[in-house]
Parts: sequence; C-alpha cells; structure tokens
Amino acid sequence: MAKELATKIHSSKFSVHYGSKQALFDVTLDIPERRVTAFIGPSGCGKSTFLRSINRMNDLIDSVRNDGRMIVDGIDVYDRLVDVAVLRRKIGMVFQKSIPFPKSIFENITYGLTLNERMSKSALNDVVESSLRKSALWDEVKDRLQHSAMGLSGGQQQRLCIARAIAINPEILLMDEPCSALDPISTAKVEELITELKDTYTIVLVTHNMQQAARVSDYTGFFLLGRMIEFDRTRTLFTSPSVKETEDYITGRFG
Amino acid sequence: MTLPSPFSGPHPLSRRVVGFFAVMIAVTATVAILGVILGMMAEFVTQGGGELSWAFLTEFPRNSNMEGGIWPALAGTTLLVLLMTLMGVPIGTATALYLSEFARKDAWFARTVRFAVNTLAGVPSIVFGLFGVGFFIQFVGVGLDAATGSVALGDGSLLWSSATLAVLTLPVVIVSVEEALRAVPLELREASLALGATRFQTITKVVLPNAVSGILTGSILAVGRGAGEVAAIMFVGVTYSAEALPNAVTEKFMHLGYHLYVLATQSPDVEKTLPLQYATTLVLLGLTFTLNFSAIIIRSRLRRH
Ligand SMILES: Nc1ncnc2c1ncn2[C@@H]1O[C@H](COP(=O)(O)OP(=O)(O)O)[C@@H](O)[C@H]1O
Ligand SMILES: [Mg+2]
Repeated sequence: MAKELATKIHSSKFSVHYGSKQALFDVTLDIPERRVTAFIGPSGCGKSTFLRSINRMNDLIDSVRNDGRMIVDGIDVYDRLVDVAVLRRKIGMVFQKSIPFPKSIFENITYGLTLNERMSKSALNDVVESSLRKSALWDEVKDRLQHSAMGLSGGQQQRLCIARAIAINPEILLMDEPCSALDPISTAKVEELITELKDTYTIVLVTHNMQQAARVSDYTGFFLLGRMIEFDRTRTLFTSPSVKETEDYITGRFG
Repeated sequence: MTLPSPFSGPHPLSRRVVGFFAVMIAVTATVAILGVILGMMAEFVTQGGGELSWAFLTEFPRNSNMEGGIWPALAGTTLLVLLMTLMGVPIGTATALYLSEFARKDAWFARTVRFAVNTLAGVPSIVFGLFGVGFFIQFVGVGLDAATGSVALGDGSLLWSSATLAVLTLPVVIVSVEEALRAVPLELREASLALGATRFQTITKVVLPNAVSGILTGSILAVGRGAGEVAAIMFVGVTYSAEALPNAVTEKFMHLGYHLYVLATQSPDVEKTLPLQYATTLVLLGLTFTLNFSAIIIRSRLRRH
C-alpha cells in the first residue's frame, strides 16, 4: 500500500487479551499520516479494542494484556519510558457516547490546555475560538461560551468533544463511532468536519456504517473476529476486495 | 351485562383480592407510623413547648440541671459534630477514593478494608465508646502526654469524643461517598484521561466535583447520626454539668443527648424535670430535622446544575 505516504501508526503482530478471552489476533498494519483511515466490521470484532490500544485507553481495564508492538512516530507506545499522559495529548480521542464535562462550553475546550500550564485569558480565548471554528461550532455557540455545555444538542455536544480534543493540538484523532448516536444532519456535519480536519490530523475512524467509511475515508481496514482481514485504499476495498470475507461483508451477505 | 373495563387486565379475581389486601396493609402501616410520629411530636410539643424560649436555648442550667437552659449542651453538641466532621469526612472520602478509584477489585487489601467498613457499620455504639477509651485516651492520649510531658490529652475530652464519633460515622461517609463516586460516568473519566489528564487530575477536576452532592450527603448523614449518639461518647469526654463552654478541644463538654439521659435518670427529682426533658428532646429533634432538610435542599440544588 501507500508507498508515497509516511506511516504514522504501525502495528505489528498486535494482540490483545481480556483475561483469557483474546480480542485481537496478530494485527499488522500501517496507518498513513494525514489521511482518514476507517475500520469497519461487525460489532465485537475488535475495532474499538484496536483503537483504544493506540492511545492506551485500554490500560484502564484491569484484565487487559497486550502482545506485539504498537508504534506511533517510530516509538513503541507500550515502552516503559512512555508517559501515557503525554502520549494521549498527542493522540486525541472522540468517543461514541461522548458527554461534555458538566462545565461551561469554554471550560470544556480549555480543560486539556489548563491541566499543566497557566495560560493568559487572551491566549485561551484564541484557542477556544479556533477550535470551535475548526469543529464548525463557533457560529452556533459564540454568544454562550459561558453557558453549560450540557445545554447543547447531541450533535453540538459531539462537535464540542471534537473541539475539546483538537484544542490541545494533537497529531492524531481517534474516533470511535462518533456519529452512531447522531441524527443524519449532525452526521453530515461531522463527516464534513472529518474531511476538513484530515489536512491537519491523522484520523482513524471506527464506524459500523459502510457508506460512511466509503464517503469519508482514504483507507479502510476490515476487521473480523479480532483479525485484520483486509486493508487497502477505500475505493479498492469497496470495489474490488481481494478477500472473500470482505466481499461478503460489504455486499451485505453477513454482518 | 356490563362491558369489561378497558383497564381491567387478564388477572383473575383472586390475584386482585391479594393485591387489594397488600395495598391495604401498606397503607395501614404507613398511617400507623405517621400516627406514632405525630403523636410523639404532639406529646413533646404539649409537654415541653412551654419551656422552649430564647432563654432556654441560651442559658446555663441551674440548680443541678433542675432549672435553666441548655446552652452548654447545645453548643457542646454543635462543636462535637463540627470537629467530628472535620476529622471523619476527609478520611472517609480518602478511603472511598481509594476503594473506588485506585484499588483493583480483587486486591486483598481493598477487600480487607471493605470488610472492615461493613463490620464497623454493625458494631454497637457502646463498643466505639470503649474503643475510644482504650485507643484514643489510654493509648494515643496517655502516650502523647508521656512523650510531651503534658497532662492535657490523657483524659476524656471534646477531641477524643469527636475522634470516636468520627470512627463511628466513618462507614456512613465511606458508603455514601463511594456510591457518589461510582455514579460519575465512566465516559467523563475517559474523556479526561484521553485529554492527557493524569489519574490524579481526573479525580480532582472531574470525579470529585461530580461527587460533591454525595460527599455532602454523606457528611450530613454522618452529622445526623453523630448528633444523636450518646452511648459512644459516654466514657470519652462528655460531662453532666459545666460552668463554662470548653475553651480548648482537650476540655470536657456537655451534650444534648447526654443531658437528656442525665435529666431522665440522674436528677434529684426526675418528675419535676419532665418538661425540661421534653423541651430538650424538641431541640434535638429540631436539630436533626434541620440537618436532614438541608441535606435534601443541597442535593436537589446540586442535581439541578
Ligand atoms: N472491557 C472488556 N472486558 C472484556 N472483554 C471485552 C472488553 N471490551 C471488549 N471486550 C471483548 O472484546 C471483543 C472486541 O470488542 P470491541 O473491541 O469492543 O469490538 P467492536 O468495537 O468491534 O465492536 C468483544 O468480544 C468484546 O466482548
Ligand atoms: Mg466498538
């Protein structure tokens, strides 16, 4: 694949166990920089597990055990010297059920920024504005930045969570079914947003919606039962898949 | 022939009869309980209401507690409860934080702590009193006195009573704070961690602020429990008469519940003090009621935000 593109994330024979249950089997793949890479596959096949392994969110689960390597920018994220907090600032994440913090819109955006450093009010204002503009939310909320974020609609909340993630200027954005709880109009907005953001960020998008993967992604990986079955350019994968299971899945013969 | 009502379900008559009696029993029980409570209140008010006055609340007792007010007992109870809260709530919150945020569920230490907390909740209060004597007074107090050459700590006092009550109310605090911590959605914690927050930052900036209502409720429940407790402080610093309010936490103090006990059992003429007893009871009840009521208000306020 993609010889001309730099690899941002590289996994090699990456496996995950939850206790005695294996969720990922020897996943090897290269995710290109500044492109949208989508993961599709039936639910329970390990898409979230793979995504959460990239920024080590799975560390939170007591029973998890990993094997193999997960390399981001040439560094194994599971290396003992890696500071997880620093790693996660570089790799933003947007969740399926993202709820804003029960704080103001402004505080939601500045949360990550003000964790470790003091910033001037005007610098914070700038970041809030630019993050909200990038996430196409500025016009809708610019007059009520001090209001609680809980008052936003579901679609606005999800875009706020995207704004919150990009406010700390990550290089990678992981999105785990970010539209699955949204109505079609909000979904369209988020998809448009993803397309705009890919010039700046390496985006990895998990979706159960094949049309969405086809619409917004450059590369697509098909997961099945914990294995990476096929990984290719999105167009190639959807028009001429080389593996029988992929073809069965995208033509709706199972899943 | 009557048409079946659209609301009469397919239940046979027998089941409906059983249901009817179940509701009747529940209603009767509720009415009976309400009746008992109202009857008691009426009794307290008619018998003791006449004694209630500003003077009763603000004056010292006179003539071996046979006359006068309850000011030192009221003040002593308040001080006791305040100190107890200052000691118990931070420790209880820290324990709850450890149990719900840091400990692995299968860790033997966490299991031991949990077992100890549950056991503590079932221990009779008098045992806490004896523990207070043995541990706080004899061991800590006498030990510190010996080490520092003072004599202030080796005897019952406001300090050791508060400490004893703090231990007694610890399970209440731990359980309600832990419940509140568990109610903070996992999504919020994950969102914080995913933004590069450490575990500690996540706890102070996201988890604790969202558990404030639980911490407050736990504190108030503990205060309510501690305010009415007599047996546990009987041997660790309460006194039946005081010339002045305590000047230091190492002094003895008077207490509403204990005052009531003294009036009812140790007075030269118990019959004569009955109105005083009822009035004291009213104050104690009023205090508990105010506490519970403010707990409800605080909770609903916080929930709205
Ligand atoms: N916290 C967990 N503990 C145990 N098993 C889990 C946990 N999370 C996921 N799994 C299991 O791992 C497999 C992959 O799950 P997941 O990565 O969530 O799949 P997907 O996102 O593709 O739906 C599933 O079989 C699921 O049951
Ligand atoms: Mg998933």
